[in-house]
Amino acid sequence: MAASETSNGTALRYAFGNVLSFFILLLIGVLAFSIRLFSVIKYESVIHEFDPYFNYRVTQYLTKNGIYDFWNWFDDRTWYPLGRVIGGTVYPGLTLTAGTLYWILNSLNIPLSVETVCVFTAPIFSAFASWATYLLTKEVKGAGAGLTAAVLLAMVPSYISRSVAGSYDNEAVAIFALIFTFFLYIKTLNTGSLFYATLNAIAYFYMVCSWGGYTFIINLIPMHVLLCIVTGRYSSRLYIAYAPLVVLGTLLASLVPVVGFNAVLTSEHFGSFLVFIIIHVVALVYYIKGILSPKMFKVAVTLVLSIGLVVCCAVIAVLVALVASSPTKGWSGRSLSLLDPTYASKYIPIIASVSEHQPPTWPSYFMDINVLAFLVPAGIIACFSPLSDASSFVVLYIVTSVYFSGVMVRLMLVLAPAACIMSGIALSASFDVFTRSIKFQLPGVKGNSQVDAGDTSSEGVVAQNEVAKTDKNEEALKERPSKKNRKKEKEHVEKPFVKAQIKKRLLVLPFEASIIAILLLILLGAFYVVHSVWAAAEAYSAPSIVLTSYSHDGLHVFDDFREAYSWLSHNTEVDDKVASWWDYGYQTTAMANRTVIVDNNTWNNTHIATVGTAMSSPEKAAWEIFDSLDVKYVLVVFGGLVGYPSDDINKFLWMVRIGGGVFPHIKEPDYLRDGQYRIDSQATPTMLNCLMYKLSYYRFVETDGKAFDRVRRTEIGKKHFKLTHFEEVFTTHHWMVRIYKLKPQKNRIRGKAKKSRSKASSTTSTKRSETQRKNPWH
Amino acid sequence: MVKSTSKEAHALFHSLRSAYAATPTNLKIIDLYVVFSVFTALIQVVYMAIVGSFPFNSFLSGVLSCIGTAVLAVCLRIQVNKENKEFKDLPPERAFADFVLCNLVLHLVIMNFLG
Repeated sequence: MAASETSNGTALRYAFGNVLSFFILLLIGVLAFSIRLFSVIKYESVIHEFDPYFNYRVTQYLTKNGIYDFWNWFDDRTWYPLGRVIGGTVYPGLTLTAGTLYWILNSLNIPLSVETVCVFTAPIFSAFASWATYLLTKEVKGAGAGLTAAVLLAMVPSYISRSVAGSYDNEAVAIFALIFTFFLYIKTLNTGSLFYATLNAIAYFYMVCSWGGYTFIINLIPMHVLLCIVTGRYSSRLYIAYAPLVVLGTLLASLVPVVGFNAVLTSEHFGSFLVFIIIHVVALVYYIKGILSPKMFKVAVTLVLSIGLVVCCAVIAVLVALVASSPTKGWSGRSLSLLDPTYASKYIPIIASVSEHQPPTWPSYFMDINVLAFLVPAGIIACFSPLSDASSFVVLYIVTSVYFSGVMVRLMLVLAPAACIMSGIALSASFDVFTRSIKFQLPGVKGNSQVDAGDTSSEGVVAQNEVAKTDKNEEALKERPSKKNRKKEKEHVEKPFVKAQIKKRLLVLPFEASIIAILLLILLGAFYVVHSVWAAAEAYSAPSIVLTSYSHDGLHVFDDFREAYSWLSHNTEVDDKVASWWDYGYQTTAMANRTVIVDNNTWNNTHIATVGTAMSSPEKAAWEIFDSLDVKYVLVVFGGLVGYPSDDINKFLWMVRIGGGVFPHIKEPDYLRDGQYRIDSQATPTMLNCLMYKLSYYRFVETDGKAFDRVRRTEIGKKHFKLTHFEEVFTTHHWMVRIYKLKPQKNRIRGKAKKSRSKASSTTSTKRSETQRKNPWH
Repeated sequence: MVKSTSKEAHALFHSLRSAYAATPTNLKIIDLYVVFSVFTALIQVVYMAIVGSFPFNSFLSGVLSCIGTAVLAVCLRIQVNKENKEFKDLPPERAFADFVLCNLVLHLVIMNFLG
């Protein structure tokens, strides 16, 4: 009778806990969505930065012309005169997602514009990502840890920086896909169900569609499988989780045009095939071990293992031969720079020039994952007690992602979910210990009752932990939190429960200590929340297309970029070509709808080097290069007047480096005075005469009479000069964007004609005409 | 030495055969299916080595379809094996339904990829 009552109570608690965690998850989704809306509230609903503009343009094309035209889209508005095959060179996941959202909303008669859908795609998917984190962590350590991890992920600054409303980039959906793929892998590993294995392959397909970072998955999962095999944790569930994923995943990955045959031909994927072979050998060994007597098995081991080793050696030899025959050893530049952090700066300036490909600094860890950095080690320890397949996967995930984030700032994004999961586990485990100690020592409250000190607290994290408590008490009894065990255990749960409680009584901490510890933990969580909200509101919400600054006389808004682009779209011919550094390529095509020479998809290094050479050449040579490319307008970004630091003068050294990498007559030392980059009177003549200097500082002295550059904090070296081959056509309100037109060729013909005429006349006139030829405007 | 090894191998072979003879018929059918699809994959690889891999997607989809079928069949065999303690509460019908679903997805992809 008593037993049935308790089981009734347990069932009620389960139901109550499920409903509560459902609502908590709903709130977490709302939190994840709304914390990313600061950019819309503070600025407006615009697409941010550079790459999102391209994605936005592709989405527009997709919604206008349909999926088939999208796959076959050859874009002639960029990389003039080469053009670019968009359908085959873009990861289509994000575009297709937003296109589908748009299509669904419109078929429901909700008339949202494409831009609105694009702006809000990232916040929606960050809500999905936090739910996926809940599922993943629940598989690893139970629902309490899951809820805590989901809360942490919903507002981790590193992820916010990539998914605020308007930041419509691949990572926005890819992080969700990444976590969800990992969840399905763990789920398959825990249940051994082929159904989840299929879902896992499909989730992997979505990840491949979304982001180049899918190679992380296809290398991490084999590593985990190998780890399991080496540590003797092989099981048939592992086989079911891994083998179908490799076959189906490889096939699905090769369906994505941008990956194609790379899915079987590049070394990033070879690791998974090798492990695929190894797991078959191991599976065979385990099978034979199962059907043979131990004595016979010993004989068999020597035979089977030797044969297996021979096969493996042969395969490895073939792979090594294949890999060694290709020049870059089969690895693409970006992946190589992951393994060897110095690779990019040595060989590929175009990869090194992007700031998000640089190694991070220490403060950026604190900025991006904040207190999680301190909780992660505790989480790793919690994962080892007890170590299951799932928790070893999470440990492997955090270890590898810490390494990768140390190589590239951008990959901090991959670290963030791992850090959240680990911290969630750590926080939940410590709350569990402290609340249990309080519970056992509260007078008048039996260990079995549901009243808890933490329950009265309104702090969300504590409340969630309570939900999880029932789950976790039982989970702790199990070797592995697998589903099939759960049913069985439920029936026998009463007996070991008592035993476990006696054991737990021994682990009780002093009452005061645990109360203080809980308060400190809540304080830590509050600190994290404050920091995250600050980061979301202040640090990561700027769209970088509209800038603001506060000064003593109030708020200033710099909307120069859109001013310049709309000037271009209204005052130039449709087919005019605009040259600028590649950073502004996507924005020019998307906002001004003009053809550009290079853009942010840096697929052709030579073409970019040509533009870099033009920018670092003297005026005449630059004019010739631009004229040969059919360029009508040149656009430079100049921040000297308002102090906008990421302008073209600050990027100029990269133009020199990239240009010099292809055209050796551009030498970096020519632009540096004693190894220092300067634009004041000490600057080298090459620097003062190059096109970028002239276009940036033309007429700059007229602004304040001294030509003081507020970014470099110095007066410029050459103040009064005239342009001979370019004419200024438009400069925005704050001088941030300056547009120049190439002068027509007529002037040069006149000079030539004079020269030919002067040949007949006296030597003095030759001299005069020579000076005239050099500068027809004097 | 060689004699003893061959003798041991013979004994091993014998015991393997006797152990395998005890497996239920449905598992044996699955095994046959696995062997058949691996064999088909091997034929295709040999053909590729002789003739060349020109429509690479066709070759790839052919080989991977065979390997995929084999892998899925092995998974099914693991799940329906009565001696496997881990899958005791998984009914064979459910295992077979999963198997069919996974095969459907696999061959849908293959047909897409075949070109």
